[in-house]
Amino acid sequence: MTTVDTTSPQEFDHVAPARQEFRRHRRLKFAFATLALVACATAPLIGPTAISLSRVFDSDIPFTHNIDAQIFFIARLPRAVAGALVGGALAAAGVVLQALLRNPLATPFTLGVSAGSSLGAMLVITFGLPFSTSGLPAVPVASFVGALGALAIVYALATMRRQGLSTLVLLLAGVTLNSLFSAIILFVQFLAEPAQALQSVRWVMGNLDVGTYRPILWAIPPLAVAFTIFARLPRALNLLTLGPESAATRGVNVLTTQRLAFLSASLATGAAVALGGPIGFIGIIIPHLVRLLVGADHRLVLPASTYLGAAFLVGCDVGARTLLSPMELPVGVITALLGGPFFLWLLIRHR
Amino acid sequence: MLRADAVTYSYGSQLVLQEVDIRIRTGGIVGILGPNGSGKTTLLKLLAGLLTPSAGRVMLDDLDLIQSDRRSLARRLAVVPQETELAFDYTVLEIVLMGRYPHLRPFELEGPADLEIARRMLAATDTTHLEQRTYRTLSGGEKQRVVIASALAQFETKTNSDTAATRVLLLDEPTSSLDLSFQLATSALLTELNKTKLTSIVVCTHDLNFAAGLCSDLVLLRDGVVVAAGSTDDVLTQESISIVYGVIADVHRHTTTRHLTVVPLARH
Repeated sequence: MTTVDTTSPQEFDHVAPARQEFRRHRRLKFAFATLALVACATAPLIGPTAISLSRVFDSDIPFTHNIDAQIFFIARLPRAVAGALVGGALAAAGVVLQALLRNPLATPFTLGVSAGSSLGAMLVITFGLPFSTSGLPAVPVASFVGALGALAIVYALATMRRQGLSTLVLLLAGVTLNSLFSAIILFVQFLAEPAQALQSVRWVMGNLDVGTYRPILWAIPPLAVAFTIFARLPRALNLLTLGPESAATRGVNVLTTQRLAFLSASLATGAAVALGGPIGFIGIIIPHLVRLLVGADHRLVLPASTYLGAAFLVGCDVGARTLLSPMELPVGVITALLGGPFFLWLLIRHR
Repeated sequence: MLRADAVTYSYGSQLVLQEVDIRIRTGGIVGILGPNGSGKTTLLKLLAGLLTPSAGRVMLDDLDLIQSDRRSLARRLAVVPQETELAFDYTVLEIVLMGRYPHLRPFELEGPADLEIARRMLAATDTTHLEQRTYRTLSGGEKQRVVIASALAQFETKTNSDTAATRVLLLDEPTSSLDLSFQLATSALLTELNKTKLTSIVVCTHDLNFAAGLCSDLVLLRDGVVVAAGSTDDVLTQESISIVYGVIADVHRHTTTRHLTVVPLARH
């Protein structure tokens, strides 16, 4: 403990620690953001065809003749960007849902949104689409619509019974919806032709091979809405940790916070799954890893998880592309294979 | 003044409180006593504005709790629940700083003034040495003092304006997990707060002797109805204890403390 020197100016003793704490927040956020940027910039350099960074940015060679630049910007960069968006969104959604449900085991997939998403994708893969999506790939659109449908059902159930939003009903409705949708998915797959069934199984494993920038551009508006809401939440999420009633008596508008948290996390999850498939593990492992590293304050945990989730998924996707090259592994397999044992090690070391 | 006017509350078809009238004058320490299931905790939640009365209303000065904004209410009314368990582990200082929530604008960070207030509250609750510990590593008594410090941080204004407004601290079973020494310390802390900050205090408790030593006034509840209310000396009698608890007790004034002391003798 520091001794208080009463002769010094009154502010002297406490000014420093307050600023220091937020300076620490800034430094850590900057470090995690740098990590994400480095991952995004390095990932496109790695692959079966070696390319050189200096040639990629060599302005003497016109772009149409610069093979390295074409591989970097057209073939590989969209994939890294998609990985960063999906990883960041899933990790952030995990943080928000864990705080909302006051349950460290919650994941972005706990509340049924991803099952709805998968069902939408399966239906389109198996039966095709009854309407035109004006040039958009049909599967992501159907997947996002499925996510919104699940979100609406769970939200309606959780708010139906009494005034307020019951997190217990939210959790139970989500879990039930998850198994209900999974059953329907199995039934759809049972009806499908073998080729379609294989395609849907592959979809569930997650795939960041977006091909072009277009799916990314379509994912950005819902993600932007979700992250704008995320930015408002952290301090209220800190207080929700004490329990909804304690949060309310400290001035938090609990119902509004819960609504915003649920809707924004679901929106981010829906957009991420539509873009990359239901890639598991990021939404639970990254938030916990970040908490172990930096503490529990959501003002730091939420942005740090976003950046680390982005870096982690981009890294895993490099593994998926290269480990068994030329064969490509599903990225969902890598996240769990790498993440699982690492997380267990952390768990054992810290308990 | 915090007051409940003819407050009735029911969970579904079950009537929990019936036409309860309570006046908690500014600077008073009021104990709410009653057996299990008498509606004590429900009454406390109504007084905190956490529940909406089925009929009647709860007023803080001329403010109806249900219609008031939670943020401005939180600067004048704080609650210490029986137990606070965290979903994620925060440091003691972080918990106390959470009490500053109602004073901060949406994206504002806690400044030096908030930190200074948090440190003063830690000192007031004798928990300064715990500042950097994480909450989950604390004992029951330490946890409670930290939560009290966090609740008290809600009342402090950076500018010393509206000091005249009533401030109310509500505590649910503050002694239930405390050993004798911490019980005495909590009692002393609450008395001190009441004197120096003119904070009104409301405690729900099972502990009649704790209440007798601390409270200026008592409210006795049984089956959701107020059986007796008034000054501690008037309310805490052999008859009222017999009516409320169904227990024959000896009530006498302790020679050293000058408080009433209750010794339960037998059920009847």
